[in-house]
Amino acid sequence: MDNRKISLVILISAIWLTLCSQILLAQEAAPLTETKFDYHWFDTKRWNIFITLAIVFSAILWFISRAKKGKSLFIRRIAGLDAIEEAVGRATEMGKSVLYIPGIHDMNDIQTVASMIILGNVAKTIARYDIPLIVPIRQPFVVPVAEEAVRQGYLSAGRPDAFVKDNIRFISDEQFAYAAAVNGIMLRERPAANLLLGSFYAESLLLAETGASTGAIQVAGTANIHQLPFFVVACDYTLIGEELFVASAYLSREPKLLGSLKGSDLAKALIVLAIIIGTILETMGVKWFTKLFVVQ
Amino acid sequence: MGAFLTLGIISFLYKDNPWYKFCEALFVGISAGYWFCTVFWSQFVAKLVDNVFPPAGQPPQYAYLVGGLLGFMMLLRLVPKIGWFSRWPLAFVVGGTAGAYLIGYALSNGMKQVKSTILPLWVSGNLNATVGNIILVVGTFCGLVYFFFSKEHKGTYGKIAKLGIFFLMITFGASFGYTVMARMSLLIGRMDFLFGTWLGLIK
Repeated sequence: MDNRKISLVILISAIWLTLCSQILLAQEAAPLTETKFDYHWFDTKRWNIFITLAIVFSAILWFISRAKKGKSLFIRRIAGLDAIEEAVGRATEMGKSVLYIPGIHDMNDIQTVASMIILGNVAKTIARYDIPLIVPIRQPFVVPVAEEAVRQGYLSAGRPDAFVKDNIRFISDEQFAYAAAVNGIMLRERPAANLLLGSFYAESLLLAETGASTGAIQVAGTANIHQLPFFVVACDYTLIGEELFVASAYLSREPKLLGSLKGSDLAKALIVLAIIIGTILETMGVKWFTKLFVVQ
Repeated sequence: MGAFLTLGIISFLYKDNPWYKFCEALFVGISAGYWFCTVFWSQFVAKLVDNVFPPAGQPPQYAYLVGGLLGFMMLLRLVPKIGWFSRWPLAFVVGGTAGAYLIGYALSNGMKQVKSTILPLWVSGNLNATVGNIILVVGTFCGLVYFFFSKEHKGTYGKIAKLGIFFLMITFGASFGYTVMARMSLLIGRMDFLFGTWLGLIK
């Protein structure tokens, strides 16, 4: 199945579920005493969200079309990418393995999707140097995707024979059993580099601290704000929040990712503009602008 | 048993040892078996089998077969020739979740955040509120500048971005302290179990 068909399925699913979720939200919002629900395809009280999303999505589609036409879209290089290359380089020098931990969430988390894209690129680099790449996984759904990403990476590097399927390891669904097992891998297989990129929760410090104690070079990245402090203190470099998505777009140069990134940059620029205008007006005592952002 | 396993896991602080390895293997093995049984009975049987083949007198709900079919397609990975079928349920899950969460995220992470950041920079007669509002607006502005990837961090723009990262680090510091305290309470809970429930030294 080609990418176009997969995209079509994703698009149809997204539209269908968005509509269903809207109906459910309307149902929940209805008073409990009502026995008959009044369904609407469009919630007129949320016109501001509609306009915002329409602007952002139009921008994203426009940037994607530009990227597809081969127009250059500038994204500044983030230091975390150099850190990943440095970590792989160090593992090569030491002749030791690289441990890639893609977080603990399932494929429905955008961070895991970004992590899989980075994994493919890391695998491509590692394949050239002929060192083992170990990927412990918590969610069964992620296993086939990780296998595919690593296999493609090795294939792109012209080393499909070097791909070891057993190194993509399903560990356990249980969060702390997974953490305990990954700690064991760190201590027994002594990887020279640990890459922790994806969605992490309470296990983040357990993993990062154990990795630091083994002397491995560590690069981490997550958009889970509460786990970032642990990575900042225990890792050599941390990709903060959106930098994780930027890394995946930068490495893959995939038009859809580049377009999305540029679109979200435009959204941020609009948010900054709205905050500046809103703050000035609020300070002057003018309230109507702030009310534009009230959501019912 | 609880004390033996607790001490086995804590022994990791000394170094990797056979006791820890035993506890780790036991934990991983039991959790894998536990989750398999839980998912089998709570999802496969309770959601699929019971709804498609309900007790006498209740109408069957064939819509659940869609989920069953998607699950079956995932298993087709085991047959290499038609393994590509498993991409469909994956696409469905990724796309479906994106669609379902879209409005919620736009609401909570977008509109409400912007609205909460639009604040007056001068609150008459309230210096604390004035300073707080200024810090909030400036911090948000600088943070957003740091996460703008279409421009190099150079010159004045770079200095604003650097200020943004300072704000982030202060936030991380506060969050770190808060979470460490929460972890301390977990440790206290375990110590209470060892010295109170088990050894009876704490009354």
